[in-house]
Order: sequence, then structure tokens, then C-alpha cells
Amino acid sequence: MRYLLLIYQDEVAHTQWSEQQLAEEYQAYSNLDSEFQKLAVEVQGGEALMPTQTATTVRVRDGRTLTTDGPFAETKEQLGGYYLLNCKNLDEAIAAAAKIPGAKDGSIEIRPIMEFE
Amino acid sequence: MDAIQRVVADTFHQEGGRILAALIGSLRDFELAEDALQDAMLVALERWPLEGVPRNPSAWLTTAARNKAIDRLRRASTLARKQELLSELVEQEKQEELAEMEEQTIPDERLKLIFTCCHPALALDARVALTLHTLGGLSTPEIASSFLVPLPTMAQRLVRAKRKIRDAGIPYRVPPTEVLGERVEAVFYVVYLVFNEGYTASSGNELIRRELCDEAIRLARVLAMLLTQERLLDEVPEALGLLALMLLIDSRRGARVGPDGELVLLEEQDRSRWNVQQIQEGMTLLEGALRMKRAGPYQIQAAINALHAQAARAEDTDWTQIAALYGVLLRMTPSPVIELNRAVAIAMADGPLRGLALLDQPALGKTLRDYHLFHAARADLLRRAGRLHQAREAYLLALKLCQNERERAFLQRRLAEISPT
Repeated sequence: MRYLLLIYQDEVAHTQWSEQQLAEEYQAYSNLDSEFQKLAVEVQGGEALMPTQTATTVRVRDGRTLTTDGPFAETKEQLGGYYLLNCKNLDEAIAAAAKIPGAKDGSIEIRPIMEFE
Repeated sequence: MDAIQRVVADTFHQEGGRILAALIGSLRDFELAEDALQDAMLVALERWPLEGVPRNPSAWLTTAARNKAIDRLRRASTLARKQELLSELVEQEKQEELAEMEEQTIPDERLKLIFTCCHPALALDARVALTLHTLGGLSTPEIASSFLVPLPTMAQRLVRAKRKIRDAGIPYRVPPTEVLGERVEAVFYVVYLVFNEGYTASSGNELIRRELCDEAIRLARVLAMLLTQERLLDEVPEALGLLALMLLIDSRRGARVGPDGELVLLEEQDRSRWNVQQIQEGMTLLEGALRMKRAGPYQIQAAINALHAQAARAEDTDWTQIAALYGVLLRMTPSPVIELNRAVAIAMADGPLRGLALLDQPALGKTLRDYHLFHAARADLLRRAGRLHQAREAYLLALKLCQNERERAFLQRRLAEISPT
């Protein structure tokens, strides 16, 4: 099964991280591929996102395109990146999610991909 | 109910969990398995009166249900994934003709079912409902009324849980070693929650609550047996500890409610009304568990309850030993509620002032500020210490926070006893 692992973190807090903390985080993410490999989980994609200040929200209502600045909801944690993984089952996806550095100060939401056969 | 209906109903009640576990194993779909089993029971009701009851009713039902599932899949699906499952099932069917199946016993896959129903990715209330439904064979209306939830809400809760298992890919298996410990704990938690719901619920039908306690005890028995069979021996002592704990608590069920439905505290209970058989069994199980030298919180709690069970009169209770056990428990699973219990035990052993000193630590009072039993325990110790004015204040606080009708009546009574007339 394929799962999307969404990494939510407090991006305001993240802007205050020290150089060293950022370097450690970078290193931890660099090591993640080999961690996933150990779990025999296939990585099909994964990216970090620019902060929500750069986000644009689009809605179409009555045929009109409404464009607004920023994300739709005000929450404490923001979507900061994702991985798309192919796992045997949810337990594997949970084990993989626990390896993501962002899980330590934020949270990882696991969503099964809806497969259209 | 005629004789055949009774055989079908009994088979379902005793073997339903096992049949369902086997069906889910091959169908990998909770809803399909349940629907197919329902179908199979209808077939049994039609055919058993004519053809006689088969020698192995549960194997017969399992096979019939699998055939019904094949019918349902044939009718319903064009999806590739289901086609694949369908051809697998047809293959299985060829290999196991009905006549052969009658000779076999169905493999016991209930442990997988227990772990799947108690998977932490499901909401806690869904885990409880699903466990009672699939393993306990309780109907949706029965579960709804035990938890005082409207029937449609409970029905939806169960459907959602089953769909999440399927759609999120929650595996149907006994978890591997690296997560086994925490998953077993989650199962124990659900079972004990079912028991407590039955034991302490303030309202609802007495009979249904009794059934919840019995069901929790039955589940713990099955769990201990299956863990032993699967040689998951590290987890067995706590399973036995949980079973012993529930038996020892349940032994006091008859004595804890007075003639008018009022709550009777442990020290005021008529101990001759305690269930000796349950106490005996609980103590034997606990001794067996402790010999395995893997102590855990359930065994310690069972040991505390065993000390109560061993005291012929309330004043014979070995409170020093109980306080020490609470100390052990506190180190294993630090919690303010256990600190509270330890303080009460120390008060019983060494006098109310020692207990009050512990309860009046600012940090503890702050965490338990909204917990009625904290104020009730404090009130009781203040009463024993003769500080009646403060005791009255604490009883009033407890009353303000307490929701349980029986406990409220008890607190009112205590308050009246020490109030000037």
C-alpha cells in the first residue's frame, strides 16, 4: 500500500533554530533514506516545502476563481514536507514515520493513498 | 426458540469470535466476514432442521460463510483486487471440501483479531466497541446500551472502525517482537476498560453491566491462553495478572452495593458475601504469574487486591504491605492517582496525619484538583483526624465534582454524619 506521510511542524519556532540545530536536522534528513531502506520501505517521493508565508490558497466558487494569501486554516503546526512511501501495511508506515526527524518536535500524519484500479 | 435455533445461537455465542477470526484471516475484510457469517447462520437455520446438525457446527459455519463470501464477491465486484481474492478463495474451497472440513478444527486466529481490534490507530472507544463486537459476540444494540450511546452512533462507530482497518491497511497479525510489548499493553488496557465500565458505571442496566465484567474476564482468559499457545511467554505473567486482578475485584461485586443500591466501601463490606471461588482462582493465578518473575503493574494491583481478600476483617488488612506495593506500582507507572492511593494506604497504616501530609503536597493537590476521589479521600482522612470543619469543606468539593449517583449518595451520607444538626 502507498502512504503519504505529512510532516507538520511549528514553522515559527523553526525560524528560531540555531545554525547547529538546523545542520543536525539537515543531517538527520539526509540519513533518512538509509533508515527507510533498513525498514524495507520503498520511497516513491518526498520533498520539503517552502514556509506557509509563500502559500496561496485557491477556491472556485460560482465559476469564479478566488485566490487568497496563505493557508486556509490557522493552526499551530504547518505542513512542512512529505514522503510518499510504499509499505506492506500501516505498522510499517508507523515505523517509518517514527524515523522522520520532524516527528520529534512536530507530528506526522499518515494518509493512505486512494488507489484507482 | 426451538432446539435448532438454540444450537445455532449457542454456536455463535461460543465460537463466533473464533469463526470470525478465521474468516477475516482469509477474507481480509471485517464487514464481508460478518455479513458472510450472518448469511451462513441463515442457511444453517434452513438446512439443519432437515439435514440434522453437523458434527462440527463451527467448521460447517466457517465453510458455509466462506462460500457465501464468494457469492457476495461474485455479485458485487469488478475490482481487480477483489477478483484476485476471489480466485484465491475458490482455490481454497476446492481444497477443503465440506466433508473434510467437518473433521478439522478451525485454526484459532483470535489473537490476530484481538490485536487488530485494539490497534492504536483506532480511536479508543472504537477499539472497545470492536473488541466486544467481534470477540465477545455482543450485538450493536447491546454495546450501545452498555455505553449509554445512541444505537446509530454506535453502529456508525463500528462501521468506521472496520473501514479504517481495511482502508488504512491495519495488518491482521500478531505484532512482531519490536512492537509486541506496547501492543499487548494496549490490548490489556481495552480489556480492563471494559471491566471497569461494567464495574463502576453509575447508570445503565445492571444485567448488561454484569455481562461486561464477565466478558472482560472471559477475554483475559482467552488472551492468557492464546499468548501461552503462541509461546509469547514474556507477555503471559501480566495477562494472568490482569485476569487475577479482575477476578479479585469482581469477587466483591455482591458486597459493594447495599440493599437500596447505595455504595458500600471496602472496609464496611460484609466479607462473607465475597465470592470465595473467584478469590481462590485469582490468588492461584497471581501466584503462578509472580513465579514467572516478570512483575508488572497488573500483577502488583492484583497483589494489592489479594491482600484485601486475605483480611478476614477490615481491621486485619495489612496496610503496611499495601502501601509498599503502591510504592512499587508508583515506580513502574508514575501517576498522581497511584500517589493518592499510596497516601491513603499509609494513612491506614500509620495514622491519618501521615496520609494528609502526603496529600497536601502542593504539586499533587494541583494535578488532582478536579478529581473528586482526591477530595473524598482527603475528606475522609480529615474526618478521621477529627478536623471536621475542614472535612466538611472537602466533602462539599468532592460532591461538586462527582458525577456518579451512588458515590454522591455515599458522600452526602458521610457529610450528614459529621454535620452539626
